[in-house]
Amino acid sequence: MAKLYSKQTLASTKMLPKKETIHFILNYSRALNVVKVGTMNFEIIAN
Amino acid sequence: MATTQLPDALLVKNYIAGDENALVILINRHQSKIYGFIYSKIDDRDLADDVFQDTFLKVIKTLKSNSYNEEGKFLPWVMRISHNLIMDYYRKNQKMPMLRETEEFSIFSVLHETSPNVEGRIITDLIEKDLQKIIKELPDDQREVLTMRIYQDYSYNEIAELTGVSINTALGRMRYAIMNLRKLIEKNQIILTN
Repeated sequence: MAKLYSKQTLASTKMLPKKETIHFILNYSRALNVVKVGTMNFEIIAN
Repeated sequence: MATTQLPDALLVKNYIAGDENALVILINRHQSKIYGFIYSKIDDRDLADDVFQDTFLKVIKTLKSNSYNEEGKFLPWVMRISHNLIMDYYRKNQKMPMLRETEEFSIFSVLHETSPNVEGRIITDLIEKDLQKIIKELPDDQREVLTMRIYQDYSYNEIAELTGVSINTALGRMRYAIMNLRKLIEKNQIILTN
């Protein structure tokens, strides 16, 4: 049988984003409020 | 936890209704697939994190502004957003070096025409014809295996089955066909290079 010398795939192991990234996304989600006025959307970020 | 069994569509609906925990579940459920997909295209952990973050910022904005209309297809939709962001990244980073022609530097020293010219095409045709001629000189069984393998792209297994011989016989015929081709090339002093 011929041997396979092809490169291993990069994402073969289970990969996860950094915890800080997830925290940032969740905090952004909690802070964001989208208000629709007529046909326009206003994004309000609460501090 | 019973909530983790909820389908994506319901979690999206709950999130739009104001349940922030639904987003936590969606991210936990799909982060590995989405991040793995991004990393497989970018090959840089920090950049992959940036794209992952931008993907979800877009997801959040779309969901909160009630613009989401892909019911039941949350993951493919998020994957499509990340794919588009990856494309944007490559577009932005596409390096186009500026080269100016000077007395010391000629632009034609780095520009090459890759398509074959008329002479190249004639030589290739001649080589093809020479090769066809010497293949015709081979014994029938060897020629059959060689043409099936090289021109018709059959595997040795398929060749063995179609010709009714064992795989070892097919491999042996191929080996002898190549050896005989070499002999014929030497004997006739054919030059098979472009």
